Amino acid sequence: MAIADNSTDGSLHGVMRFVRSLAGFVVVVALTFLGLLAITFFIGRVVPIDPVLSVVGDRATQEQYDAAKIAMGLDRPLIVQFFSYVGNVLGGDLGQSVSTNRAVAADLVRVFPATLELATLGIIIGVLLGVPMGVAAAVYQGRAADQIIRVLALLGYSVPAFWLGLVGLAVFYAGLGWVAGPGRIDIFYDGIVPPVTGLLLIDSLIAGDTDIFFNALDHIALPAVILGFFSLAYIARMTRSFMLDQLGQEYVTTARVKGVAEWRVIWVHAFAPIRVPLITVIGLSYAGLLEGSVMIETVFSWPGIGNYLTVALLNADMNAVLGATLVIGSVFIFINKISDVLYRILDPRSRS
Amino acid sequence: MISRDWLLDTSPTSRLQANAGRAYIAAGQLLRNPLAVIGGIIILLLILTAAFAPWIAPESPVGQNLQNRLLPPSASHWMGTDELGRDIFSRVIYGSRITLMIVALVAVISAPLGLIIGAVSGYFGGWIDRIIMGVTDVFLSMPKLILALAFVAALGPGIENAIIAIAITAWPAYARIARAETMTFCNSEFIAATRLLGASHMRVITRHVLPLCVSSMIVRVTLDMAGIILTAAGLGFLGLGAQPPLPEWGAMISRGRTFILDQWWVATMPGFAIILVSLGFCFLGDGLRDVLDPKQSGKS
Amino acid sequence: MSAPLLSIEDLRVSFPTPKGRIEVVKGVTFDLGRERLGIVGESGSGKSMTGRAILRLIRPPGVVTASRMQFDGMDLMALSEADMRALRGARISMIMQDPKFSLNPVMTVGRQIGEALRAHERLPRAAIRARVIEMLNAVRINDPERVAKMYPHEVSGGMGQRVMIAMMLIPKPSLLIADEPTSALDVSVQAQVLDLIDDLVRETGMGLLLISHDLNLVARYCDRILVMNAGEVVESCAARDLHAASHPYTKGLLAAVPQMHETRDVLPVLDRSAWGGTGT
Ligand SMILES: Nc1ncnc2c1ncn2[C@@H]1O[C@H](COP(=O)(O)OP(=O)(O)O)[C@@H](O)[C@H]1O
Ligand SMILES: [Mg+2]
Repeated sequence: MAIADNSTDGSLHGVMRFVRSLAGFVVVVALTFLGLLAITFFIGRVVPIDPVLSVVGDRATQEQYDAAKIAMGLDRPLIVQFFSYVGNVLGGDLGQSVSTNRAVAADLVRVFPATLELATLGIIIGVLLGVPMGVAAAVYQGRAADQIIRVLALLGYSVPAFWLGLVGLAVFYAGLGWVAGPGRIDIFYDGIVPPVTGLLLIDSLIAGDTDIFFNALDHIALPAVILGFFSLAYIARMTRSFMLDQLGQEYVTTARVKGVAEWRVIWVHAFAPIRVPLITVIGLSYAGLLEGSVMIETVFSWPGIGNYLTVALLNADMNAVLGATLVIGSVFIFINKISDVLYRILDPRSRS
Repeated sequence: MISRDWLLDTSPTSRLQANAGRAYIAAGQLLRNPLAVIGGIIILLLILTAAFAPWIAPESPVGQNLQNRLLPPSASHWMGTDELGRDIFSRVIYGSRITLMIVALVAVISAPLGLIIGAVSGYFGGWIDRIIMGVTDVFLSMPKLILALAFVAALGPGIENAIIAIAITAWPAYARIARAETMTFCNSEFIAATRLLGASHMRVITRHVLPLCVSSMIVRVTLDMAGIILTAAGLGFLGLGAQPPLPEWGAMISRGRTFILDQWWVATMPGFAIILVSLGFCFLGDGLRDVLDPKQSGKS
Repeated sequence: MSAPLLSIEDLRVSFPTPKGRIEVVKGVTFDLGRERLGIVGESGSGKSMTGRAILRLIRPPGVVTASRMQFDGMDLMALSEADMRALRGARISMIMQDPKFSLNPVMTVGRQIGEALRAHERLPRAAIRARVIEMLNAVRINDPERVAKMYPHEVSGGMGQRVMIAMMLIPKPSLLIADEPTSALDVSVQAQVLDLIDDLVRETGMGLLLISHDLNLVARYCDRILVMNAGEVVESCAARDLHAASHPYTKGLLAAVPQMHETRDVLPVLDRSAWGGTGT
């Protein structure tokens, strides 16, 4: 049993392996990020017929236009332009926004927490409901519960987020008055609590202002539930398919042979091995919510990155569009790759 | 002769019998799956509606009639009228043409593109494979909607550009599938034998490899349709897709947004159309996957 | 002997297929006392389904019927699921075929064995640990403390199967079903594992139902043998009378067994026409 040989050089070996996989991870993330930069560069400089116009906007004067053209270095070869673009991005320079007249990077830092708060609450709702639903669907495969969950999950793939947002507003805000309307907080509460984390729910608690906390909760409830529904759809479906696979495994039968209680068979024997792949699914879903937040934020006037992106789109504010794309894309890639790594660290089968 | 026994024979005597038998069993399974049948009917309805829109729609989709502004649903206007007095039902009916065109074009552009790229990558392997898959991976690890948004922003709003943008974001998934399938087939002896018989790379790929990928591609494309419809509608909603006065469902919802609190039907009705059609594709794709690609069953 | 430990009459197991419901076990009848009974037959002949039906582990859409299925005076078909669960492991246990698949990959060996005990007895943690170590010793594992902390992928096939045996015997059942317990193992460890099972069965006086496709092996470790073919028992005899078997299928199987001092160039193939064949 050489595998279980945990002598000192064994752990040194383990450290070496960890370092190597960490290095591999960094390389992969860096390459993917470079690919992302290539895509945004391509979109910004190659696709538009007139990249200058798309950066300065169509309301620019001739002087602004010429200045921008020189500033962008469009006379230089494409590859040189690309590397100077990469250099700028790495230096935190995403250009100026023509709609806010500020640095895009500063704008993004300002709006990002609102999106983070929304997406995080959404994923929490999605996980808390989606995982048990997926497990139930697998355990009662083919029966009513499974069919209901299946249809609900498929609805998650078929309902436009922006439509659900509008209907939600019409019903729960205008109709029933259960939740607050668009925006992150009522205007007269705006800007009262000092930003610490940028997350209003947490900042208001830090400041000890429960009025603001409940007002913010009132505002975030509906968009978060709607985002949660979409992640629930995906998480429940994936959980179901993982669980079906598990329930057919021989070791689940072994557990039944031992006389283990059925809840334990399901939650300990069948569910435990899928916790690790589920982390990947949840990670992907979390990243997906960043994407989903574009539509939801637009409908709810939520001052986050999605709203920023759509406003920029409408103003043909290309620097802002690409900056937001870059940030969302980077977070997406990062979450993606992190869940890959977690997979390898957490699964005992890959530890030896 | 074609009989049930002939079709279900476990030791078919000809290739035709084997294929016919497989198709018979698959069709039978599909028909026994109620959701798949519902999905198929919805898609069929969509196609018929698009084809016969002028006969089904009671009014013109673009004719304005300001006297009839924002009328609630009634016998004469099933879905009410919009802010320009146009019959929403008629616009939804005509909108099916746009939706059908978008999904068809995206499928026709991105599926073959992905198929060929993936097949080439998997067939040749080596550094060609590495480079192609590297690019594919970058695309796959990007959020699709955002990528499409950025592309349309650069290309300029419009339905053609929306289609191009969606197609650009859709092909990598197909390339992955085609590559995986190709690699399994390429390691099979039957492909090696075909090569030995002197067939060219081109011939092996087009005659032997591509047809083998078709069933998993059909499943994947059908399942992706819902996402494509939602993305297209999203672009329309943001004003980046189909432009007024085209009766595109997403754009219609966007116009109804202003009236959502008082005249709910303007924004709501086109949404039902989107949901119905997307669900149809989901149901059908789900059923097809259970039948054609059982090992992927339940995954998304 | 008095009433047998297990008494089965007309056991049938069926599954739906596109061509309709087909029976994979077609009316199996046998009694089992505190003895070693072997079931032998080709792959697909319904041996595993018979074993699993006894534990009521056939899940829908599979259907099990029997005119009698009695264990130690209890009617297994009539027991509630909760009673059945109390019986599984504690009274009737089953060694599964391949430790690679039948041990939970993300749970340590010690926990899995302990769980079998905990499912039936309320014991303090330390007592369970002690029993697990004792059991690992009983299945002849050196250094049980260390092995208990290992994950299944860290142990060899032979050791995995010993762990399986430990897990199934720790609550001291009175009937052990062993479904191809050594088919997945290297030839070199097969005999060790079977000898181990044999010793433990003799020590505790359990009944053993040994399922295998290997006629020799069953003949060596069992007192009595049932030969199954296509879901039916075609022959039932004492192990030592096997050579006098009457059914053509059994004769065919016997003829296909290579002999130590082989003089045949080609081993005979089963001639299915002799007893009506298995379908094709
Ligand atoms: N879920 C199922 N559906 C249909 N047929 C099955 C199912 N499970 C097993 N069978 C069939 O039952 C027969 C008997 O299987 P089994 O008892 O495992 O055979 P053995 O253990 O003797 O090799 C096989 O022919 C197998 O194809
Ligand atoms: Mg078996």
